[in-house]
Amino acid sequence: MIINHPLLGQRDSSEFTYLGDAKLIERPDPDSETATHDFYKYAYLRDNPAGWHKELWFHEAGDRSWLVVTRNTLTHEISKVEMARDVAREKGRRR
Amino acid sequence: MIQKNRLEGGQIDTATLLKFKFDGKSYVGHEGDTLASALLANGVRLMGRSFKYHRPRGVLSAGSEEPNALVQLRSGARQEPNTRATTAELFDGLVAKSQNRFGSLRFDAMAINDRFSNFLTAGFYYKTFMWPKTFWEKVYEPIIRKAAGLGSLSLLDDPDVYDKGFLYCNLLIIGAGPAGLMAALTAGRSGANVILADEDFTFGGRLNSETFSIGDDSSAVWAAEAVAELSSFPNVRLMVRTTIIGAFDHGIYGAVERVSDHVAIPDAGKPRQIMWRIYTQRTVLAAGAIERPIAFENNDRPGIMLGSAIRTYANRFAVAVDKSVAIFTNNDDGHRTAADLHAKGLKIAAVVDVRANAPLSMDFEVLQGQVINTKGRLGLTFVDVKLSDGTIRTLDIGALGMSGGWNPNVHMTCHQRGRPRWNESLAAFVPGDTLPNGMIVAGAANGDMSTAGALHGGAQAARVVLGLKGSMPKLPTAEDAPIRLTPFWYVEGCSRAWLDQQNDVTVKDVKLSHQEGFRSVEHLKRYTTLGMSTDQGKTSNMGGLAIMAELAGKTIPEVGTTIFRPPYTPTAIGALAGRNRGQDFHPKRLTPSHKWALEQGAVFVEVGNWMRAQWFQKDGETHWRESVDREVLATRSSVGVCDVTTLGKVDVQGMDAANFLNKIYCNGFAKLAVGKTRYGLMLREDGIALDDGTAGRLANDHFIVTTTTANALPVYRHMEFVRQCLFPDMDVQLISTTEAWAQYAIAGPNSRNLLEKIIDQDVSNGAFPFMSCANITICNGLRARLFRISFSGELAFEIAVPTAYGDALIRKIMEAGAEFDVTPYGTEALGVMRIEKGHATGNELNGTTSALNLGMERMVSEAKDSIGSILSRRKGMNRADALFQMGVKPLDLSDDVPAGSHLMNADGPVDAAHDQGYVTSACYSPNLGHAIGLAFIKNGSNRIGEKMRLVSPLTGVDVAVEIVSPHFIDPQGERLRA
Amino acid sequence: MRYSGFQVIKQALNNHKGWKPAWRDSEPQPHYDIIIIGGGGHGLATAYYLAKEFNGKRIAVLEKGWIGSGNVGRNTTIIRSNYLLDGNEPFYEFSLKLWEGLEQDLNYNAMISQRGILNLIHTDAQRDAFIRRGNAMILNGADAEMLTTAQIKKRYPYLNTEDARFPIKGGLAQHRGGTVRHDAVAWGYARGADSCGVDIIQNCEVTGFKIKNGKVLGLETSRGFIGAGKVGCAVAGSSSRLMAKADMRLPMESHVLQAFVSEGLKPVLAGVVTFGAGHFYCSQSDKGGLVFGGDLDGYNSYAQRGNLPVVEDVCEGGMAIFPAFGRARLLRMWGGIMDMSMDGSPIIDKTHIDGLYFNGGWCYGGFKATPASGFCFAHLLAKDSPHPLATEYRFDRFERGRMIDEKGMGNQPNLH
Repeated sequence: MIINHPLLGQRDSSEFTYLGDAKLIERPDPDSETATHDFYKYAYLRDNPAGWHKELWFHEAGDRSWLVVTRNTLTHEISKVEMARDVAREKGRRR
Repeated sequence: MIQKNRLEGGQIDTATLLKFKFDGKSYVGHEGDTLASALLANGVRLMGRSFKYHRPRGVLSAGSEEPNALVQLRSGARQEPNTRATTAELFDGLVAKSQNRFGSLRFDAMAINDRFSNFLTAGFYYKTFMWPKTFWEKVYEPIIRKAAGLGSLSLLDDPDVYDKGFLYCNLLIIGAGPAGLMAALTAGRSGANVILADEDFTFGGRLNSETFSIGDDSSAVWAAEAVAELSSFPNVRLMVRTTIIGAFDHGIYGAVERVSDHVAIPDAGKPRQIMWRIYTQRTVLAAGAIERPIAFENNDRPGIMLGSAIRTYANRFAVAVDKSVAIFTNNDDGHRTAADLHAKGLKIAAVVDVRANAPLSMDFEVLQGQVINTKGRLGLTFVDVKLSDGTIRTLDIGALGMSGGWNPNVHMTCHQRGRPRWNESLAAFVPGDTLPNGMIVAGAANGDMSTAGALHGGAQAARVVLGLKGSMPKLPTAEDAPIRLTPFWYVEGCSRAWLDQQNDVTVKDVKLSHQEGFRSVEHLKRYTTLGMSTDQGKTSNMGGLAIMAELAGKTIPEVGTTIFRPPYTPTAIGALAGRNRGQDFHPKRLTPSHKWALEQGAVFVEVGNWMRAQWFQKDGETHWRESVDREVLATRSSVGVCDVTTLGKVDVQGMDAANFLNKIYCNGFAKLAVGKTRYGLMLREDGIALDDGTAGRLANDHFIVTTTTANALPVYRHMEFVRQCLFPDMDVQLISTTEAWAQYAIAGPNSRNLLEKIIDQDVSNGAFPFMSCANITICNGLRARLFRISFSGELAFEIAVPTAYGDALIRKIMEAGAEFDVTPYGTEALGVMRIEKGHATGNELNGTTSALNLGMERMVSEAKDSIGSILSRRKGMNRADALFQMGVKPLDLSDDVPAGSHLMNADGPVDAAHDQGYVTSACYSPNLGHAIGLAFIKNGSNRIGEKMRLVSPLTGVDVAVEIVSPHFIDPQGERLRA
Repeated sequence: MRYSGFQVIKQALNNHKGWKPAWRDSEPQPHYDIIIIGGGGHGLATAYYLAKEFNGKRIAVLEKGWIGSGNVGRNTTIIRSNYLLDGNEPFYEFSLKLWEGLEQDLNYNAMISQRGILNLIHTDAQRDAFIRRGNAMILNGADAEMLTTAQIKKRYPYLNTEDARFPIKGGLAQHRGGTVRHDAVAWGYARGADSCGVDIIQNCEVTGFKIKNGKVLGLETSRGFIGAGKVGCAVAGSSSRLMAKADMRLPMESHVLQAFVSEGLKPVLAGVVTFGAGHFYCSQSDKGGLVFGGDLDGYNSYAQRGNLPVVEDVCEGGMAIFPAFGRARLLRMWGGIMDMSMDGSPIIDKTHIDGLYFNGGWCYGGFKATPASGFCFAHLLAKDSPHPLATEYRFDRFERGRMIDEKGMGNQPNLH
């Protein structure tokens, strides 16, 4: 596969390491009363769709960016590649 | 030596005589021959035996779809089983042997199977060989295994080299027949970056096999001129002998170039084959079409071939398969074959056409009828033809061409699960709507069966995919005959009529499969093995589908097809591996002082891709334990030095560096003072230990994190995940500096004395106490980092310098330490000392270990959030009977306490239900004079002093042990604080 | 009809006219007591054991395509019980014991062949781990033997021990491990279930669950509504897709695992060999093909195909230990959808919906588990309580912190 890195252009997927569903960005609030259950769902449950999937890839043999790749799990087609950091900020993650 | 079946003409160089051997017998052929064409020229029709019934087999085809003529090519370590004689290029000195026969090819003892074929029908083996029960493995299966298989491997290491390469283009064209050549000309003239690849050793495809003209030239001459023009384009790369094996995601194609398969031994420095990955924006698939046979009784004898193959052998290779030939056809193409052969001077006994409206010829007799049986034990002698009026006529011939129509070669269109579409007028599947991204199909592969159609299709495809403007260029005139075909798959009433000639699947087997309920195409394939041969059913699948459709009362498209899978043709495993074998299987990572270690007699051990010194063997030491014990004792009594460069190092900088470490470590780092180092435990989000190490604070906004060697990469990846994905606005930057710094541990009571000789820094206990760290300079200003940390439990330091100075530093340390008899020690002594000290490493941090298991549960701070802290508190991970890391020692001090042994209660039963834990790490402690081990023991922290039984039924261990503290040496830590 | 050598001869002499379909092609009935979704190995085995061992009444298996078209039809056919952890080892050993009697039980020759499995050892730490594992196996009643390099070399003289990047320091063998003719397992169970009265309904895709007041009442299918007392789901890589129709999210990802077969060769490899320092394992089928594989491609996929980097990686592993295989040719590659669970171990459990049961998360180890999975799932469906050997395979183990993580890779499925 080829991943169109937002900064570096087209790169072979073998330069990357895969993590999984981009929902892993949405780490729950550790101070919530339901934190244990929230973290269980966060860490273990997945939508696992057959179709479009936002997922995390790490450019390990490259610039060490985490990317959010929108890829179809039925066809492997990639429609969008974003910097994970930007996505995280959009989701309201700060420091 | 006379080539009795050699004709005039063809595309062979009769001036060059090539000698070769088949089954020990010598023959000659010419440059331009394949092994098959040369054997046929020499009158050899029998080339192999079938898989199951060991029926005599000759060539069926003239290409890579060949199911029958498989031979063992070459000898010795270069022996290649299952090589298609039809694609093996002849070279001088070629040696080939027939395969899958017991005895000689002519008298194969296993041909007895054919006599019992009625008992060996499809799937018979699922119904028998079950009694008596023990006989399957002992009797039946060994016989079956021995009989099965095709050719043999030499079992010698493959002596050849394989390379890998990467290519990039705008347009990849697969197949260099009329469509592919025309596409390449169109694209090449436009300036596009083009790769044209063909599996054959000559470009032209069918053009080399035909006698018609293109423009004013013969088709082969036109092809040669096209190639000449293409060769003049710098933007076109021509790849002969190159098979595109598969269409992978996003326009990546695998290609195998057979660089040296047409010579006896690869030239010096040349690989046998190159595995290319071709990255292309667009692809024109111009893979042509494959003729299909017709099923009739005993249609598998040597001499019965695809009609187009007989034509190819005559026109391209100047070979008459036999002087007397007949054709069995359902379409006009069979007549073309007959006309070509007639023109070559062969006797056409008849063209047998199933159609009532077959064209007639002045040159040969056309019979309306069907071939109903054949004779000839080792090669065709007679065929029986049943004419439309019911009379039987016997033809005395040595070759019969079958022309059942053509199947567009849709293989590659299916590699991404595209399904082909049925075309009624061709009675064949053509490429479907869902093609691999960027692919367009042209020519016969797309169902355009005429030459004119292929030329037009090729040009048009290139124009479309490249978006070329302007009008279509003028194409040369060419043959444009319409397809006239009446679908015809098998002769009524036939039974032992072969569909899959390699796997011996007959019409009868398909019928039985249907009768027994195996009716979907996949069931049919798997039950009968139809199409599972080395050609993936290129010539056999359609016939089976047609018969199944008829039996099921469905149309062929309703029955559907099986999925073509890469590779297009079988591909040498060696080519796919390339140079990554032997010592080059994985890269070797060497530390800066590797050469020095080698000089010191180091024995190295693989740690991931790193090579680390395991111990340093001195003269007179004959057992590794002698070296290790010496290194341990010397370190604990004076001073030792160990290369710890391989440990992962991550530079963490920024105003939020401490906050960041607070997130990734379960214990606190915010309050760590500058100039101090702290042990840290990292958890995964699931609360299990990920890694441990130290982090030193060199400045308010600067930490150095160390990881274990094994986890350097995953930990760094994890840290970047936390930084970029979870806390994107933290002011913190990370960089892996594992390769940037060479680092050495100097340990032992004399370590400070040694160090003081090479650095200026005050390292007295007051100025630089335990767990200090600092940026320092050594040797007249070289920047370095110093940490007072200890893995061995001794007074110890770790000093790091830029990698380029690693070798110089270790030599300096050795020189300065000479007066203390400084001793280099390896990973083995390091391991002994850490077990003596009770430190965990990979054996303990095995991915299922919690902080609690390590006795560090209090380290998981509740005052702050850190990765893994929430889930580490789940009840199931904090049970009373949880495993605790403890020490074990044998009651009889001469006993061993080997790692991997399980602990049982001293007087309880020994079984899984009563398992109390296991030893994770063990060694002989030269300081204590007996074996010691670290163990995970249920409720271990409350069981100190308890006697237990340590068992390893696997290795025959059963010893009495005592649970002790894991800190065998200096439990109070006085030495490391000295 | 009973299969035997005698029957084969008898039918041959009768020109094979007497053979009957191995299973009926059933039409769906309006209602069943128990419906199994998924006509793969696990689903068919479940139906068979339900009907045979647990006196199941009216049972149907629904398959959206043709039976055996999932992972039971595309795997590397290995059976073994060389597991480490308490939650797993007894279950897999039970499975191996069921394999050992399966052909006689089913009267179907699935070519179960215990030619042994060998895990090569390359480092001291790996040896420690394998000793621990071998002991766990023996303590659970399985067989295991530690082999020296010399013993291994005697069995496989062409194994690369001389020029190995990662030296071979021995191996853990399970001699009762081996291979099975995978398709025959589906067919044998189908035939067995059919003969016990189970309806096997092919080309019947489940499109929805009918659930009322927290209880499952039946299934919407491509062939109409079918009522059910209980529903058991055994659809492996399609689990998330199916259970989403019941509004469930699973601790699971679907990944592609590629496998490979070479052209037929005369016997070279007696048993199964796994090369842990590379990513490669290999056996040779009775037909002569080298059957081999390696790691997952690593990304979520339902495409049933993979990509070149893993193909090459696997072949590199093969050449590293068997440099004589270089001139053998890879014939076919394919990909299956693996139901990768969050700890690498399966789930056989009730769901929170009354009457709805789940079996999945087999990762790439589902084939060897087929008999025990079917047996234990049948037990659960029939008795509403887990089989004693499958008590740990519960949904709630993740929330409780009782993961069964053989590889110690944590909640990242592509590492298991």
